[in-house]
Amino acid sequence: MTQDPRLLLDVRDLTVRFPTSDGVVQAVSGVAFTLSRGETLGIVGESGSGKSVSNLAIMGLLNRNRANISGEVEFLGRDLLTLPPNELRHIRGKDIAMVFQDPFACLHPMYRVGDQIAEAVLAHSDEGKSHARKRAVEILDHVGIPNAKSRARDYPHQYSGGMRQRAMIAMALVHNPSILIADEPTTALDVTVQAQILELIEEVKREFDIGVILVTHDLGVVAETANSVMVMYAGRIMEYGPAAEIFAQPQHPYAWGLLDSMPSIERRLTSLVPIEGSPPSLLNPPSGCPFHPRCPYRFEPCPTERPPLVAPVPEAHPDACHLPWEKKVELGRKRSVVAIGEDAA
Amino acid sequence: MTFYIARRLFWTLIVVACVIGITFIVFYLLPAGDPALRFAGKNPNQVELDLIRHRLGLDQPWYVQFGKFIKTFFTGDQYGWPGLGYTFAGGSSVLDLIAARAPRTIFLIIGAATMWLTFGVAIGIISAVKRRTLVDRGAMGFALFGISAPVFWLGLMFLYIFWRQLGWTGGTGYISPTESITGFFSHMILPWTALAMLYAAFYARMTRNNLLETLGEDYIRTARAKGLTERQVIFKHGLRASLTPIVTMFGLDIALLVGGAVITESVFNIQGLGYLAINSALTQDLPTVVGVVLVAAVAVAVANLVVDILYAFIDPRVRYA
Repeated sequence: MTQDPRLLLDVRDLTVRFPTSDGVVQAVSGVAFTLSRGETLGIVGESGSGKSVSNLAIMGLLNRNRANISGEVEFLGRDLLTLPPNELRHIRGKDIAMVFQDPFACLHPMYRVGDQIAEAVLAHSDEGKSHARKRAVEILDHVGIPNAKSRARDYPHQYSGGMRQRAMIAMALVHNPSILIADEPTTALDVTVQAQILELIEEVKREFDIGVILVTHDLGVVAETANSVMVMYAGRIMEYGPAAEIFAQPQHPYAWGLLDSMPSIERRLTSLVPIEGSPPSLLNPPSGCPFHPRCPYRFEPCPTERPPLVAPVPEAHPDACHLPWEKKVELGRKRSVVAIGEDAA
Repeated sequence: MTFYIARRLFWTLIVVACVIGITFIVFYLLPAGDPALRFAGKNPNQVELDLIRHRLGLDQPWYVQFGKFIKTFFTGDQYGWPGLGYTFAGGSSVLDLIAARAPRTIFLIIGAATMWLTFGVAIGIISAVKRRTLVDRGAMGFALFGISAPVFWLGLMFLYIFWRQLGWTGGTGYISPTESITGFFSHMILPWTALAMLYAAFYARMTRNNLLETLGEDYIRTARAKGLTERQVIFKHGLRASLTPIVTMFGLDIALLVGGAVITESVFNIQGLGYLAINSALTQDLPTVVGVVLVAAVAVAVANLVVDILYAFIDPRVRYA
């Protein structure tokens, strides 16, 4: 890895295991990616693909008594996974901030919104309460809350969903973090509000020159905002590369499946094709390629040999699929036309 | 808010009046024997009995008795206001009797409530934070014991061990704090502990479960993501939400004990309100029973009101609803 001065986060071989009474849940396996300033990394996948768990592991928000985490998460030269909890706490909310999926549940219902943001200010600074309150109002105003001064005294239930998510973003921004992790920030919101929130995140990214990790299962969201895309399935990376390439030339059958099942303005709803079957149990993931039971293009190495995440040809981005390159090119190009299952190899 | 409280107070009054009315009906309808017989000596004759009945007002139907009670209550009697009448046995003032017994029960409740709230909530928090460790299991084992052990048995065990065998505490009976403050504490510590044990066990379990549930909430994750210390996360964000139902329960538990700490009062021979109620019920002393019922009903109704108002202060969602 080149020592890019804009590089913020370098995740290598991140693996998360949850030992349970039923066995070990293999939530995340060997995930590796980088994030630089000004970059938006979109992490895409179905529910249970390990997107959120990866981010919680990076933030140190998984209970280490119940999760086995290995690998390296290098943030500006420091490995977050080996950092003592107290030092990690100083990074959390200050250098790396997180916005969660459900703004209805993520704000404490019994404290005023302004106070909750002021609390985030005070968590990492010695300034007085009045200053923290002022900062809270300032940042609420910044993220587009009208009458921020009086709205800061409101309780979360007096806010609309979009406003709550704005407040969450405000809370994440109080210390000008280097990284903003947004875990499905728009899933719980109305479509019109979704666009506003995404726009806000984009603005914030440009203004503060930060790196954004945008976790979503909505490829449309990624298409609009991400510079690079990581497609995850069953806790593993299936495909990882620049957003423009992934949308122009997707290389992995799972990515094709996601694209085929996504509605868009150009395509009529009748042509939507879901991915057959459901995501595998991570207690007992499939052998070989984890996607093979649902993959219409599987052939004989798939059930036994796990494909490594490598670029099939030097000019392509890495994917984890056994299909020959010509096949990937052909099927990838046709992805908006070809329905899965019609053209099984 | 003022209107809300006024409306609640009005309904509180109605409820208390109904409770008293029901007491009169029960007393009138129950074929429990004739209280007049108790005062008529051995071989009473009918004239004497009728005379006594008339003097006690027992020759009238319940609604007349009830009406008279309401009237004396508001106008007062020779013992002052509110007029609660006089006891059948001895003809002394019910008001004075209750005023004499109430402090015992109130001291018993205050001491026990302080103990059970402190220990119950503390044990619950420790249990939740140290979930699935030996500490947690030990605490929950204690809770199970506290819930299962009957108060009369606990009380007798305490008396036997700490009073008779070890001599650490005073025995049964009640010593007023104005008489001897050390004697008061020495005699109250065992009843406090025995009564608090059951409640502490309940509160520990409730605190633990509520806190565990709250700690799984998304806003707790937000609090951690902000970089708050674990102490702030648990005590500020976790406890605030999980103590709300405990406040409700606390108010009602205290109120119910005003007339309901009978067993503890009996075991330790603290002649408080519950003890008075039971004794007067057994001797069919209607005015005393009604007096205690009135106090207990008012306590429950007022506690309800206080809890509701408090709730609005704790949970802003209730305030604005």
